[in-house]
Formats: sequence, C-alpha cells, structure tokens
Amino acid sequence: MTVLIKNGTVIDPANNINTAKDILIIKGIIKSIEPPGKLDTVNLNNPQIIDAKGCIVCPGLIDMHVHFREPGFEYKETIESGCQSAAAGGFTSVAVMPNTNPVNDNRSVTELILSLAKSKGGIKVHPIGAITQGLAGKRLSEMADLRDAGAIAFSDDGCPVMNSELMRRAFEYSKMFNLPLIQHSEMLDLTEGGCMNEGAVSTELGLKGMPTEAEDIMVYRDIALLEKTGGRLHVAHISSGNSVDLVRHAKAKGLPVTCEVAPHHFTLTDEAVRGYDTNTKMSPPLRSNKDIKKIKEGLKDGTIDIIATDHAPHDITDKQVEYQNACFGIVGLETALPLSLKLVDEKILSMSDAIRKLTATPAQIFNLDAGNLSIGKEADVLIFNPDIKYSIDVSKFHSKSKNSPFDGWKVKGKVFHTLARGKIVYTDPDL
Amino acid sequence: MIIPKNILGTKGLSKEEIVTILDSAEAFKEISTREIKKVPTLRGRTIINLFFEPSTRTRTSFEIAGKRLSADVINISGSTSSTVKGENLIDMALNLEAMNPDLMIIRHSHSGVAEMLSKFIKCPIINAGDGHHEHPTQALLDLYTIREAIGDLHGLNVTIVGDITHSRVVRSNIYAMKTMGINVTLVGPPTMIPLGIENMGVHVSYSLEDAVLDADVIMMLRLQTERQNEFLLPSIREYSNLFCLTTKILKRSKDDVLIIHPGPVNRGIEITLDVMKSDKSFILNQVTNGVAIRMALMYLLLGGNNDSLN
Repeated sequence: MTVLIKNGTVIDPANNINTAKDILIIKGIIKSIEPPGKLDTVNLNNPQIIDAKGCIVCPGLIDMHVHFREPGFEYKETIESGCQSAAAGGFTSVAVMPNTNPVNDNRSVTELILSLAKSKGGIKVHPIGAITQGLAGKRLSEMADLRDAGAIAFSDDGCPVMNSELMRRAFEYSKMFNLPLIQHSEMLDLTEGGCMNEGAVSTELGLKGMPTEAEDIMVYRDIALLEKTGGRLHVAHISSGNSVDLVRHAKAKGLPVTCEVAPHHFTLTDEAVRGYDTNTKMSPPLRSNKDIKKIKEGLKDGTIDIIATDHAPHDITDKQVEYQNACFGIVGLETALPLSLKLVDEKILSMSDAIRKLTATPAQIFNLDAGNLSIGKEADVLIFNPDIKYSIDVSKFHSKSKNSPFDGWKVKGKVFHTLARGKIVYTDPDL
Repeated sequence: MIIPKNILGTKGLSKEEIVTILDSAEAFKEISTREIKKVPTLRGRTIINLFFEPSTRTRTSFEIAGKRLSADVINISGSTSSTVKGENLIDMALNLEAMNPDLMIIRHSHSGVAEMLSKFIKCPIINAGDGHHEHPTQALLDLYTIREAIGDLHGLNVTIVGDITHSRVVRSNIYAMKTMGINVTLVGPPTMIPLGIENMGVHVSYSLEDAVLDADVIMMLRLQTERQNEFLLPSIREYSNLFCLTTKILKRSKDDVLIIHPGPVNRGIEITLDVMKSDKSFILNQVTNGVAIRMALMYLLLGGNNDSLN
C-alpha cells in the first residue's frame, strides 16, 4: 500500500518543517518528504494519491486526556467509538484515563484496553494507570506492573489525590519509572456540592460555586512536594489563571512540571452557564475572562505545554437532568482542532506552535513514539484545511455521546483526512 | 399588556409588566374577602401544582388561588411523584403535559429546574421557587405588600437581612426591586453574602444596626438552621446576637418602618416575637396578598377575561 500526499503545506514542528512538501508513505511508513512534484517522478506501484491542495499536512494529533469509558460505561463511549471520534477530530494517539469500571489500576485492565484498541481502534491508545487502587486515595497501585503492561503515566483523574502524604509517596515511588503523575487539581473540601465556577454568575444563578483557589492550592501543594521528592508532575486541564502563574514559577525554578489546557477553558467563560445548559458543566468548571487571559498568556509563553481535550462523553440520560445532578464533562475530540485554530487567528499562537502543542510536545512529555513526520516512522498524519468555515453539528459526531456546548458554533478549520499507521482512518464525508 | 408565557423569575420582567401584575392583584384581592370566594374565571382549566420540596404557604396559596378562580387544581408532591421511582424529571413533566394541563406550578430544590422544564414543555410554567435561584411570586407579593402599605415604590430603601447566599427570595426581590427603582441593602455575616452580589446593583453591610437606619422596609429572612454543618456560623446564638430584629434595634429605625418576612419564621432567631406581632409587621398581610398575586398571574397567563370577575 503506497500513499502519496501532494500539494499540501507540511508543518512538522518536531523537525522544524513548515513549507510546501509532498509525502510518500509505503507500507505505513513515511518513506520520503520532498519538494512538490519531485516524488511524481519516482516509479510508484499504483499509489493512492491524496490531493492536499490548500491544506496543512501535519503529524496526527495527540490527546493526552480522554475518557473512553470502556470497560464499564460502554453506553457513553467504547474504545472503538472513541477512536472513531479521535480520528474524525484529527487525532491518531490518545491517552485514556483510568476511571473505568473496573478502574485501570491493574495489569489486566491495561491489557484489555490495549487489546481492544488493537482489534478495534485503528489509532494508538495509551492507557494511563491509576495512582491509587480503585482511585480511592488510600494505597498506591502497582505502578511497576502497570508500566510493564503498557501504562504511560499515572493519574486519579476526577478523584484528586487529597492525602498529601500519599501524594508525596506517589511522587517518590514513580521516580523508579520516570513516568509523570497527572493530577486533576481540586481541593475537594472547597468544591463540595459545587457545579460551576464561583463568582457573580454562580451567585445570580443560585448554583454552588467551585472557587479557583481549590485548583491553586493543590497545584501549589504538588509543586511543593515535587520540589522535595523529585519525580514528574503534569497538571491536567489547568483552568485557573493563578495556577498558570504557579506553574510558570515552578518551571522557572527548573522543576519538572508540565501542564495542559482544554479547548473549552480558553474558549468559554462561566457566562455560558446561564440558561442552565448542562453541556456547560465540567470539572474544572468554565472560569472567568480574567482566567482565560492568563491561560492565553501561558499558552503564548510556553507555560502551558500542551492542549488536551478532557474528552468526557456522557449519554443524554446523564446530562438531561437538573444542572446540580448532571455529570461533569463534555466531548472534545471533534471540536479541538477548530477551537485551537482560533488561537492562531487571535495571534496567541503561530500555526506551527498550535500544532506543536497537539503533536510534538505531548509526545515528548509522555515519551511517545509519535507526533512527528520523520522518515522511517509510522505515518500518523493529519490533513486539514485551515480556511474552511462550517457549523459544528453534534448529531454528526462519531462519539457515542453528543454532550458539547459548541453545537451550532461557526468555526474554521476542517479535518479532511486522518491517517494512522499509513492507513486512512477518516475522510471528511463532504469531500 | 401581555406578560411572558412563563413566569420563571423576576429577572427580565419590565416595570410595566410588574405594575400590570400588581394592579391585577388588587382586583383579585377583593374576591378573597367575599362570603362566596369563587369566580368562574378559569372554569374548565387545569392547574398542576408540582412541588418537589416541602412547602405549606406557597403550595396552599397557589392551590387556593386556583380554586378561587374555579380552576381544577391537582397537587403533586415530591414524595408522591414518580421521580421517587427514578423517573427523569423531564419525562415526568412531559407525561403530565400529555394530560393537557393549562398551567404548571413548579417548586424544586435545584436551581434552574423551572427554566430547564420550560425548554421541554409547551404548557405555561410559574416558578414557585428553584433552589437558590428565583422565587418570583414571593417577590411580587412582597412588592404588592409594600406598595399597599406605603404607596409609591420608587426611591424606597429596603434592607434585607439574613442568609443571602441560599435565598431565592433575595434574588427575585433584587431584580424586581431594582426594576421598580428601590434601593436594596443586604445584611448578613460575610459567610452568607455570596461573591459578586454587588454586581446585581445592591449595597452590602455586615451591621444590622447600621442598615436599619434609613430603611423604609426591613425584610428578615429565615435562618436555615439545617445549614449549621456548613461552617457558616459559630452558633445560632451568635447569629441572633448580631442579626435578630429586636425592639431595641428597631428603635434606631424610622417610626413607620415596615417589617416583612417570607416565612416560615424562626421565632426568636431572626426576629423576636414582639416585633413579629407589632403593628410594624406585615408578615400576615404578605400571606393574604400572596393569594391575590397568584390569582392575578394565573389570570394573566391563562388569558381570562375581566367580565368573569363579577
């Protein structure tokens, strides 16, 4: 199987490429990248030609924070449907959080996820193991066994590790593997019963607020512990402006701290909660303009390393209820690219830096063999047209769940083709 | 004057709409003083009272209002509703709507429920209180009571005292009072004053003694004693020492100050018995007026005609 991608602009931040090139893929491997037209003369055996005119050709995107719900909550998402959603969004590698049922705190669940991903996924799925057994925050999980089975990081996402002694020991223990601990930073005693950002809007709506300080305190606690213990900290879905400052300060000290932001946290504020649409309910919650401003500064100066979606599919049954009772989270894979490209329009990031935060940098932080278009590597490639405008239509999502606040939004930037391991796993149906 | 299809809150109600409602209530108040307290205005109409939270005053008030207008009123309480069996709230509302009621009155402990249901059902809705969000009929009956006792609402100073954070009565009153040109001061311990409430155009004070000085109206809120485990107060005793409306405090206020309270009252906690029973207290007038306000809203929402009043 031979694929020739022609006439596109290749942006491969890992290799500092940002120019018109053609790409030749043979048997799933990137064989050569050459100036336009040069590969036409190569004697190819009936190649499949993809015309990428007007498009950007970049490494397949990497999302280090998704929930694929399998095993346990297959009515919300499966590994198969999650991978289809990822491919439709331009992603070829994802890392799945361990809050399944059973929890991914042991080798057998990790192996199950990898085996389902292999047979049904099409893209690369990386399991994240639990920091503590059962996400209960009581006892460390068997990190060595999880690592051996294929876990690439550890997290109790959704159930922050509240016990500081346990977190300290987790940092220490994880040093044996040099794998990052991903924290959902939230002091639960400050957010109990909360369902949106605390502020003037929560006051008006009569909904219990979740203050940004709940995030800041845990981010700082973890940084303080890390400074003592060593190890690696990755702050999940940063949403508070002050937390961005804390991470910047820690990085300036040379501490091994990285962080991610979800597109909704630089796109929407808590004003979106008016009207009580439960698709605006997520944790951490949508914050204020002040926070967004600091998040954008953090994206610009590199404090925020990567963009990750926190793709959290929930069935309508779990969302079409009282705001207070609705599940936290929104799907993100199929809206991440156009929302991230808004940062390019706003001149927060260059196109190359936006792509870097979705490819090269996550690969580097989590030590994945992906996120670049180097010759000899498996061909995980995204071809998208950055200029096409369209309306987001949740009914067309490939995810099983449609819980997105962006339904009907007019956006720019459309995925045309996604290739994983050289195989086309998604093509825009409108092409 | 056409008022909105639903009364989900006082937010967004115009001055004209509020005046229309208050004026209509005046006409309806008289009916409750008759020997035969019933007019045929809403004969053949069905009103469902859907109360997911305990309520004596509000539920009864709506029921009486409906019955005095000859509507058929059905009461459903949380404990007798099928949500106990796990039915989704929206499904339940759709099922009730399938029986063709003309109006649904909804009370729920979660903010936003009335607004959420209004997006799924076509039947008009009156919000009878949703969580800590809004309780529009209470605010309207408060305005009615103040207008009846004092006259012109514009420029009055109203002081509202108590747990502001957890009060839907406060939010509805702020919207309605600001619309009518009333100055609102909120008083309570800082633990019970929510972040950013000043954005709603109110003054905030932590001192009851100061806040009663210029007040034309003092509205006391019930201290929700069930919230004692939320670190909000050291004790009810201390709360009372600081925020109970006593005869002594009242000596600092205007002679003709009006005292109201949405009820139910915790005697001796937020208001002393002698103040509650004093001639400054209009607490029972509020309850009487509540029926008139609700009759007026039912009439206005269901498009009854004036002729049937007689």
